[in-house]
Amino acid sequence: MEYIDILLSANFWAAAIRIATPLIFGVLGALVCERAGVLNLGIEGIFVVGAMCGWMAVWLGAGLWGGVLIAALAGAFFGLLHGILTVPLGLSQHVSGLGITMFATSVSYFAYRTALPDVSSPPRIEAFQPLDIPVLSELPFIGPALFQQTPMTFLALALVLLVSYMLYRTPLGLAIRAVGDNPSAVEAQGLPVFALRIGAIMAGSALMALGGAFLTMSAFDAFFFGMINGRGWICIALVVFASWRPGKALLGALLFGAFDAFQIRLQNEVGAVIPSQVFLMIPYLLSIVALVLVARKADYPRALLQPYFRGQR
Amino acid sequence: MPETESGHPLLSLQNITRIFGDLVANGNVNLDLYAGEIVALLGENGAGKTTLMNILFGHYVADQGRVMVRHSSGILADLEPGAPQAALEAGIGMVHQHFTLAENLTGLENIVLGTESLFSYRLNRSKARAKLQELMQSSGLEVDLDQRVSRLAVGERQRVEILKALYRDARILVLDEPTAVLTPQESNNLFITLKLLAAKGMAIIFISHKMAEVLSSSDRVAVLRKGRIVADLPTSKCDRHQLAEVMVGHSVQAAERKPGYPAGEALVFAGVSAGDGREQIENVNLALCKGEIIGLAGVSGNGQSTLAKVVSGLEKPTAGTISLHGKPLKPNAVAAIRSGIARIPEDRHHDGIVGAMSVEENLVLEEIRKPAYQRFGLLRFNEIRKRAQEAIKACDIRCSGPLAVSRLLSGGNIQKIVLARTLDQQPDIVLAAQPSRGLDVSATADVHRRLQEARDRGAGVLLISEDLDELFQLSDRIAVIHRGHICEPVETEKLDKKQVGLMMAGHSAKGEQAA
Repeated sequence: MEYIDILLSANFWAAAIRIATPLIFGVLGALVCERAGVLNLGIEGIFVVGAMCGWMAVWLGAGLWGGVLIAALAGAFFGLLHGILTVPLGLSQHVSGLGITMFATSVSYFAYRTALPDVSSPPRIEAFQPLDIPVLSELPFIGPALFQQTPMTFLALALVLLVSYMLYRTPLGLAIRAVGDNPSAVEAQGLPVFALRIGAIMAGSALMALGGAFLTMSAFDAFFFGMINGRGWICIALVVFASWRPGKALLGALLFGAFDAFQIRLQNEVGAVIPSQVFLMIPYLLSIVALVLVARKADYPRALLQPYFRGQR
Repeated sequence: MPETESGHPLLSLQNITRIFGDLVANGNVNLDLYAGEIVALLGENGAGKTTLMNILFGHYVADQGRVMVRHSSGILADLEPGAPQAALEAGIGMVHQHFTLAENLTGLENIVLGTESLFSYRLNRSKARAKLQELMQSSGLEVDLDQRVSRLAVGERQRVEILKALYRDARILVLDEPTAVLTPQESNNLFITLKLLAAKGMAIIFISHKMAEVLSSSDRVAVLRKGRIVADLPTSKCDRHQLAEVMVGHSVQAAERKPGYPAGEALVFAGVSAGDGREQIENVNLALCKGEIIGLAGVSGNGQSTLAKVVSGLEKPTAGTISLHGKPLKPNAVAAIRSGIARIPEDRHHDGIVGAMSVEENLVLEEIRKPAYQRFGLLRFNEIRKRAQEAIKACDIRCSGPLAVSRLLSGGNIQKIVLARTLDQQPDIVLAAQPSRGLDVSATADVHRRLQEARDRGAGVLLISEDLDELFQLSDRIAVIHRGHICEPVETEKLDKKQVGLMMAGHSAKGEQAA
């Protein structure tokens, strides 16, 4: 069976992890924001900003890791904007988030056009190359599937552990979980509600921007219009799928990556009979189904979407 | 008694004044608190008790006056205003009426929250657990620390709140209406704990408007009325009537029990079962007559809310029939209202009014289809306004006018809106679920008076309550609900409170334990 062959090829699993990487960054970022009680629909635009800033910084000579840092800072800046609008001002998180997405996207395109007014195809940079880890990457099957990824993929996996440790093992993580559940409880214990929320949004947005940066600096080597293509929105759904847990978020991102990699290969096999759009639809369809199955029992942060005002019940 | 009591207060509130708009919430309040004593802060709803405590804890800033706390060094110093963190550090612990707990977190996590530096790399749970075990043992406050708060019962949540304060080594404990959500048994346990803590040198203030617990459990009573302290004296020198008068500002006449004149069965339950789990009711047989009040006694959570839902048409019985004037009652809330069933719901903020709507809108909600308030599907605003103005005057609803947002009114005034809306329609049946819960003396008297009026007019009233005083004062007959079973109602004269109390706890009428 050709389907089994696809699942058994190392190449397929390598592609699944590669496709999952930006989603891992994005879903972790969205998770941190929502754990603090704020939905960040700016994610799609912050992806664009990260992709644009990281790539542009490298093109201007900042070095690859410099690009990563600049992408994260740019993301944090837009996070700060979203934070100010939704936390002390208490505006609608949906409206503010969508506004951030539109604003961040257009600013990125504008900057790109201003910096490169006359080019028809964007200049390419020297992107991250797959790491050759001695021994591990030479293992049969597992080697090419898991250990021939770029450094940013390993960074994403490390961040899953880090975010998970932070949320469940540190006082800061406890405070973030509490502020997303009942800000009054946080205030009554003498902690600053606004600072915690804004900080979490900034950190989460920085993570989202890394997802964008991965696309221009690891997956591809240039910035294109429309390259984010809904990846941010997928992350918002994945957070619910993951019930706001980092481990499950990783699983969700990998599942989606696998669906996507599978459909590309399926297109080659039976593409002549079924239109390719049907295959493009599959991962999204499956994520909706997964969402319906999982999200009904999801234990969402109780103060999600609720602005906090002092002295009000 | 601890040495600090000899003229050195642990806490001193001096000339506290706080004004909201035109309302003087607190005016020149002076209150001292000594180590080892339990002070009851007594006052009606809206007297400014909670505001005062919120100033003490730094949720609000006083317009005038100072809060002074004696530090462990023995110096009485000003507390930084508007900073809960400063209050916590000064050793003040507060248990709010609406608990401030994160429900998705465990008890332990809620207690530890904010006690360690946010930037330390590790949360030290085992150390916290050891300290808490010790505290739980010495104070008798047993809690399952690793259970999520959402799975804890109300009493346990309150214990978590108190442990939060003890864990931070609080020397002053403030409790805002601590017994409002507790069963009588839980309340007793709470006061035993508080006395234990006070004996160890803690200073405790609890806010209340229940006279009985104030008299039985405090060393000193301070009474607030309209934002001012009107009395501050040792509990031993108080008596019930005198306190009630000082608190309300005039003498309160409790409604006398007057017998009704039952005539003909109105609402009849025949073998009705409904609901599931804890709130299940099983094989209920009950006949409510016109012109009588049946009191349904029971500890809440024994099926009362299911019964109320069935009568209101919000839930369909799984077996049996309910008939009104001989005709079967449709399981439909709209039909219930139209057939003359007035509903006074248990959770008046949530089910009694639409909080975001104005007083006048809430007053006509159930009658909006009547020609008096609409013509050709368009609202008749003038009529609605007129009706609201009349009701506000007749029922003494304290609000800024017909357009006031209902959510912002006090519980007593919200209840007055519900009463005006339902009882002014001259209903045949009145379903009153815990109608005076959380209300102060005068609002309670008002509720009782209106229920009696409805009964005297010929309505059948089903009064669901856990307050025995209320039940004995109003009911013509009393039935007891326990685990979904309702016993045959008995004439009030033939019962005594002790007997009913035992039946509420599951003993049968003859005194032995029911199966």
